[in-house]
Amino acid sequence: MSSPTGPAAKTERLLNLVLCLLYTRRALPKSKIRDIVPQYGDAASDEAFDRMFERDKDELRELGIPLVTEDIGGVWDDEVGYRIDQREYALPDIEFEPDELAVLGLASRTWAHASLAGPAAQALRKLKAAGIERDGDSLVGIEPRLGTSEPAFEPVKNAVVGQQTISFGYRTGGQGEVNTRRVQPWGLASWHGRWYLTGFDLDRGAPRVFRLSRIDGTVSVVRRAAPYVVPSDHRAREMIRTTVGEREFSGSATVRVREGRGQSLRRRGETRGVEGEWTTLQVPFTDDDALADEVSGYGADVVVVEPVEVRDLVVARLRGALAAHRALTGGAA
Amino acid sequence: MSTQETATARLARLLTMVPWLVNRQGIDTEQAAADLGISVEQLETDLRLLYLCGYGQMPDELIDAEWEGGRVFVSNADTIARPLRLGRDEALTLMVGLRALAAVPGLGERDTIERAMAKLEAATGASAEAASRVEVSIDEGVEAGLLADARRAVERRRRMHLRYLVPSRDESTERDVDPMRVVNLDAHWYLEGWCHRAQDTRLFRMDRIESLEVLDVDGTPPADARLRDLDAGTFTPREDDTKVTLHLSRGAAWVADYYPVDSVDVAPDGSSTVTLRTADTLWLRRLLWRLGGHAIVVAPPELARAVTDGALEALAAYGVADTTPAAGG
Repeated sequence: MSSPTGPAAKTERLLNLVLCLLYTRRALPKSKIRDIVPQYGDAASDEAFDRMFERDKDELRELGIPLVTEDIGGVWDDEVGYRIDQREYALPDIEFEPDELAVLGLASRTWAHASLAGPAAQALRKLKAAGIERDGDSLVGIEPRLGTSEPAFEPVKNAVVGQQTISFGYRTGGQGEVNTRRVQPWGLASWHGRWYLTGFDLDRGAPRVFRLSRIDGTVSVVRRAAPYVVPSDHRAREMIRTTVGEREFSGSATVRVREGRGQSLRRRGETRGVEGEWTTLQVPFTDDDALADEVSGYGADVVVVEPVEVRDLVVARLRGALAAHRALTGGAA
Repeated sequence: MSTQETATARLARLLTMVPWLVNRQGIDTEQAAADLGISVEQLETDLRLLYLCGYGQMPDELIDAEWEGGRVFVSNADTIARPLRLGRDEALTLMVGLRALAAVPGLGERDTIERAMAKLEAATGASAEAASRVEVSIDEGVEAGLLADARRAVERRRRMHLRYLVPSRDESTERDVDPMRVVNLDAHWYLEGWCHRAQDTRLFRMDRIESLEVLDVDGTPPADARLRDLDAGTFTPREDDTKVTLHLSRGAAWVADYYPVDSVDVAPDGSSTVTLRTADTLWLRRLLWRLGGHAIVVAPPELARAVTDGALEALAAYGVADTTPAAGG
């Protein structure tokens, strides 16, 4: 048999406690509970039992078990009793159709490779507890998956859902410096495969977006922080999109593309003319730097004709790459 | 099941397991363990524990559990015959997942998703509000028609003909593919299937599929075609890949986040040295030109040479004379 104080004994004790509090119609006083749940008999003293019982109550409530305290007076004067209301405890009896269970299954499997895989599977099991599986097979072949590889995901998610002010070290883009930020979390959203936190930055005094992968070290809940309200019109994805996201279409560039090359530009652009092995394309673009990045990547296969700003950016990148590598390989300077 | 499972986590699991088993009297032990996501050994340990518990300690007050003969029976467990309400994270995963599915273009089950969502909200009450603060999007970068066609081909096991852009090689390719699944990973949709051109399974990013035609030909992949394990992402380095060492200035530190690297060493000044493996170095050359000197190849020297040569050639195309001083850009 397992040790009387090991985790198995504790599970046994908690389960007995849940069973007797669910079974009883009248709230039970502590003394009675101590008699019913055999594991409490192991408590060395009244004080030890009291401490154990208090901790157990907290842990059950943390699991979401609606343990209520009632004044029972009467024979046990001034005493309080405990019970769990069956209706509050149990998942409402809702019947899901097979096709509904199929989409719920897909929603659950979305998390199968993420840190919330456990709760996602457990949730589905609860919904399916009553029913015999007759999963519709209508969703064969499709498999969405969410990744939550960022270590900050768990604590940030808890803070967002629990509305708790947090502080964390944050690396700013490019500079790599770590600053401590104190934030009232508003929302958590994945966008283009990355997780972002939105919230009110208490140090900057303004709403901000934070990328979870740039959070450095631990996320701590700020104690005695003032309560806050999430603005009712807050839309996390909207804020992320406008803060870190795409800007609107801003212009059109003329580029020359070598035969068979520059495929991503060809897909977006319109052909304006062909001259030998070079095709001239008109390509819409949103951001000078982004277009310069893309074109630089094609090396000698794509040449920007205009705008001259983008052309200069490309030339600067190529020169930079050349200079850096020549310096390193000991080439002429 | 992890040996790290806490007493309360186990309690939560048992409170879900009991109603599940009560409604499946006589279920095969191995089947039950598999569906519950635990080992048979763990299931038996759990059943032994349940057997000792009850609302009192008289024999008729204890839960009755039997599992001899390879079948599981659980009875006298009326008090916990219904599962506990969904916890916060449990409700959150399903709701966020459903909302993300609802936004997927071309997924025909919109009506089903809405019905499921409404029932779930009714069942969870307050948790629904908290779940609304977490959002995921898996609807980006794919056309509804393409996704629907690909899915239909997987369901009906039809071969498809693809015109597919390979950006790292800057090539548009044609191939026949026997589709195996449509998967969303890190916000991109991929089609995985047996590629007749490569004679191997391949992952095709759907936003790079230029055209997709479902053929009237059986598309059952060969029996030995294996789906790729995607837990480590879409990129799997091989042993014979080229080992590359790069020096990244602070401004290019994002490269280590973005590409699968084997190691990262950050210096006090914020610059870093990373190593990675790759079969094809064209994408790396392209990245290095883009980074304009913020990333430098330390090894191998052939790659550094290729970056230099390509940059010279490109500058020539701009009519820029080679008068570059050896300073970073």
